[in-house]
Amino acid sequence: MADAKYPRSEVNLDKCKGCGLCIAACPKKVLVFSSKLNSKGYHYAEYTGTGCVGCGNCFYNCPEPDAITVYLRNYDPEKEV
Amino acid sequence: MKKTILKKPKGFIDVYKHKAGAEKDRTHYCPGCGHGILHKLIAEAMEDLDIVDDTILISPVGCSVFAYYYFDTGNFQAAHGRAPAVATATSRANPDKVVISYQGDGDLAAIGGNNIIQAANRGENIVVFFVNNAIYGMTGGQMAPTTLEGQVTTTTPYGRNTDTDGYPMKMCEVISQFTAPTYVERVSLHDAPHIRKTRAAVRKALQNAKERKGFQFVEVLSTCPSGWKMDPVKSMEWVKEKMLPLYPLGVYRDKGDEARVINRPVPIMEPATVWEKLGISADADVDFPRGDVPEQYKKMSIRVAGFGGQGIMVTGQALASVALEYGYNVSWLPSYGPEMRGGTANCSVNIQDGVIGAAEAVKPTMLLAMNRPSLEKFEESVVPGGTLIYNSTLIDIEPTRTDIKVFAIPITGMADELGNTRVQSLVNIGAYAAITGAFRVEDIVSLLPKLFKGKKQAIIDLNAKAVKAGFDFVKENF
Repeated sequence: MADAKYPRSEVNLDKCKGCGLCIAACPKKVLVFSSKLNSKGYHYAEYTGTGCVGCGNCFYNCPEPDAITVYLRNYDPEKEV
Repeated sequence: MKKTILKKPKGFIDVYKHKAGAEKDRTHYCPGCGHGILHKLIAEAMEDLDIVDDTILISPVGCSVFAYYYFDTGNFQAAHGRAPAVATATSRANPDKVVISYQGDGDLAAIGGNNIIQAANRGENIVVFFVNNAIYGMTGGQMAPTTLEGQVTTTTPYGRNTDTDGYPMKMCEVISQFTAPTYVERVSLHDAPHIRKTRAAVRKALQNAKERKGFQFVEVLSTCPSGWKMDPVKSMEWVKEKMLPLYPLGVYRDKGDEARVINRPVPIMEPATVWEKLGISADADVDFPRGDVPEQYKKMSIRVAGFGGQGIMVTGQALASVALEYGYNVSWLPSYGPEMRGGTANCSVNIQDGVIGAAEAVKPTMLLAMNRPSLEKFEESVVPGGTLIYNSTLIDIEPTRTDIKVFAIPITGMADELGNTRVQSLVNIGAYAAITGAFRVEDIVSLLPKLFKGKKQAIIDLNAKAVKAGFDFVKENF
């Protein structure tokens, strides 16, 4: 049984510009706009915490190089160097 | 190795240190901009293909002008539309590098329309990523060649009218008309599956480039939420609904295994090698010892002006050529009309030690006026304390300046007396030698066979007489 923590999408909230493309691209609808604002005044995207299948759509749809990190299905924190 | 994490690719710089302002951790692009998506695909592909350090990216004019903030590659930023030309030079000089020309639709299809066509037709070994968002984004949302019929922009407030504005340009179709391109594909960023296809196209183009397989052209249908005045998600829908029917996706050209590496001659970039090839020594090759030159003639900026056909250019070239033999730095800059003879002509000559800045003699220390219009036009430009030589055979007015030295010499008349009007150039050189003390007559005469290479001995002898006549006239009359 895989760790429920992964796969997982992680939004770097201060780099998010709140465009919503990741939310639209998520097949499982597990990304939502936060009710909070980040330091730039955007309602950033955030992961609801469950249901990510690690497809990577959010990563590739996100125009910001460093706003989203996706830990894929095969990610195992113990094997990472 | 299979990826376990999708994160900021190594093709990007860690901290965008070149970016102005305080926000060095995020791009300048608007929220939802397609550039960011394509940037990420390129950066990822460069990392995976291990070509980041072997890539030179040419950034265009447009929003992606600042691509060099983000990519950890070499970079040149080209003038508007000229990225394919700069990429050509970069690629020719560095045949082993991956050269990317990243361009928008205004840049590529309008201002640089001919540049891309010529580069494609030559099959330059470059990758072109063409971001088509149907609008001029950076400048505020004006109509581009790719703007759709009926699309409202700031310059087509009632929608693009094909009767007045022409039709949307389909660049993939245009580029695929040429024989040379290796790979031409149109892709889109409007949803996740299509972004994956774009990812594959980007990787294929860069892989081909890594193997030096000629001209790669990837057109990417993209968005401009700000210019289109739509939210980012709606923009993606707009691409799907409006752009896809007009701009069909797909591979327009793929030479596949037929694609071959073309080995072009690499231009010589090292000055020392260029000099060697030209048979020129890089060391100062001083043939003649300098005479005693008065201070005011040590740094000369000379304007020679007259009719075309009066030997204006020859005079300037001869001045520069002779001075070179005394070890001066020289420049010669011609300026003339389209006609070979009869129009006005002038040239600027600089003779000095040290670095020559502007080649044009805007404020000459010496004016050599061969006809009246030249005297009238340039007399005022001579610096105070400067020198004026004028052709008194043809100029029937007196100079007005009193703060310069004036030498009236019947140049044309003297040349005529020698039997050939065309030798007046060398009368000028003789006069210059006498006035400035910079050249010796025998030195000039010894250079004549070199200056008039291929001419008959009689012509050379006549010119030697002309030098002497000009020199003697000044010595006897002033």
